[in-house]
Amino acid sequence: MGRYLIKRLVIAVPSLLGISVILFTVLALAPGDPFGELATNPAVPPEVREALRVKFGLDDPIAIRYFRWIAAMFQGDWGFSFASRIDVDTLILQRLPATLFVIGSAQVLALMIALPVGVMAATRPYSLFDQISSTFAFIGFSLPTFFTGLLFILVFSVQLDWLPFVYSDVRATGWRWYWENLRQAIMPIAVLGLFQAASMTRYVRSAVLDVIRLDYVTTARAKGLGERTVIVKHVVRNALIPVVTLVALQMPAIFGGAIVTEQIFRIPGIGSLLISAILANDTPVIMAVTFVFACLVVLFNLIADVLYGWLDPRITLG
Amino acid sequence: MDGSTLASPSADVPDLAQRQARPFSPWLDAWRRFRRHPLAVASGVVLLAMILAIAFGPFVWKVAINDIDFAARMQTPSWKHPFGTDDLGQDLLARMLYGGRISLAVGLSAMFVAITVGTIVGAIAGMSRGWVGPALMWLTDLFLSLPALPLLLLVIYLFRDSLKAAFGVEGGIFIMVVVVIGGLRWMPVARLVRAQFLSLREKEFVEAARALGATKLRQVVRHILPNALGPVIVAATIDVAAAIIAESTLSFLGLGFPPDIPTWGRILYDAKDYLDIAPYWALFPGAAIFLTVLSINFIGDGLRDALDPRKVM
Repeated sequence: MGRYLIKRLVIAVPSLLGISVILFTVLALAPGDPFGELATNPAVPPEVREALRVKFGLDDPIAIRYFRWIAAMFQGDWGFSFASRIDVDTLILQRLPATLFVIGSAQVLALMIALPVGVMAATRPYSLFDQISSTFAFIGFSLPTFFTGLLFILVFSVQLDWLPFVYSDVRATGWRWYWENLRQAIMPIAVLGLFQAASMTRYVRSAVLDVIRLDYVTTARAKGLGERTVIVKHVVRNALIPVVTLVALQMPAIFGGAIVTEQIFRIPGIGSLLISAILANDTPVIMAVTFVFACLVVLFNLIADVLYGWLDPRITLG
Repeated sequence: MDGSTLASPSADVPDLAQRQARPFSPWLDAWRRFRRHPLAVASGVVLLAMILAIAFGPFVWKVAINDIDFAARMQTPSWKHPFGTDDLGQDLLARMLYGGRISLAVGLSAMFVAITVGTIVGAIAGMSRGWVGPALMWLTDLFLSLPALPLLLLVIYLFRDSLKAAFGVEGGIFIMVVVVIGGLRWMPVARLVRAQFLSLREKEFVEAARALGATKLRQVVRHILPNALGPVIVAATIDVAAAIIAESTLSFLGLGFPPDIPTWGRILYDAKDYLDIAPYWALFPGAAIFLTVLSINFIGDGLRDALDPRKVM
């Protein structure tokens, strides 16, 4: 297991480097430069601007600039936010927990819906339950997150007045603090989780359908095992293997959904940080947040690979 | 004699007549199978109705999209304004008909970009026997693990102004949105095409073409590609839906088309601050996006069943 993990880590490094090259190329191809703000500011004299360009090496060849940038990224020197006047890494570390909490809870919610529904639908294929669940799955992944978010606000905040509209600073203490925080997180988690659950249900259903007709399942039944044991211990564990990969491949889409929900519900996470940085022309923050999103995608792919190895002990890397 | 076809029409004359009466082609067969999927057929009707409304609606409903009328601000749906008005008194039906054209045009164009890039990359990777194939697949996997929406936002932030200067406000944003959405969605197509090519290129009919001296390009264009088309068509359908969602998301975040171009996402963005007093304003464009995407997805599902020749129905 340890060797497998190390091999996966070694494989993840080139893809991180590749992503960083793509990001840097996009930045370097763009017209203007990160100091555009200073350059258009009439208060900055041309010689100071020139000195800044030399100091930050903006006129050096692109390869040298890339290596300097990547070295700075690895040393944790992510630059300084023009808009918030603090270091970018401090800013991101402040915002990251909210994002991870919402995404993580949404994944758990999605699994809690998708697993039972998908397995139920696959054990009775083409039954009424299967047809209803598959129709709902189609509706679920055709509803864009921004529209579901607005609908939820319309129903639960405006009409019923059950849940708070958007995030706000909680002033209470003790249990009440947790309760208030949970209350304002319910809608974003539900929006993201339901969206995820829709496509996940279909993955689970088709994966279970692939496995359930295999001979070893018949053997398990013939041994006299209960239906529950057969499904949970024999079918689901093997059906989960492709599901894990598909869920990992969905990760970029989940982050996209997280940006949208953070924007709708004003969650102080890195997604809303990205949007506000774009609106404020805050280039260092934009680059850093995009890079963090890329790292998170690679990280989740890595976790999926590790889970893969745990679910299927036959898998090793040759 | 069931299941076997005679080499020459010698004996069964009535059978021959019957065969000629009912012409057979793979496309006809696919259409027959598509009709068995009631939801897909219904979706096709819904989508066609929406396309007709968007294409010909503005000729019937002749209200200007930027007709500001402060006397009629935020009016609920009525006969004068079937979808109500927004905070400037602009007619929402006219704006939605106009926005639908942009949303659908973006969806279709981005799909063409994605399919073209994906097919070319997949075909090259599927035909090459050296290092090119694995290298292209590594690139595909790399693009698959890119966070699409943040990258989309980054590219739009960086290139917005120069494209605006080069192609005008509307054209610049349109080209950029199409290229970027298409450029980030070609990977599944490339994988599909490569997988199809890998198995098809070893088939006997391709070998026969090769033996007859067909060039590599002719083998691909005449023999392999037409047989690999089924899954690509399904992927193309799904891509239209995904591109429409991506464009609406950008506009909804306020970073897509400018306010004077009312795409469906942009109308939703403008409406979201008035949810408590004018919910209809958000509901109409949201429902339009949802209905379009849902019908496209159902059509894709129907096509998946119809174009899979192994499926017996």
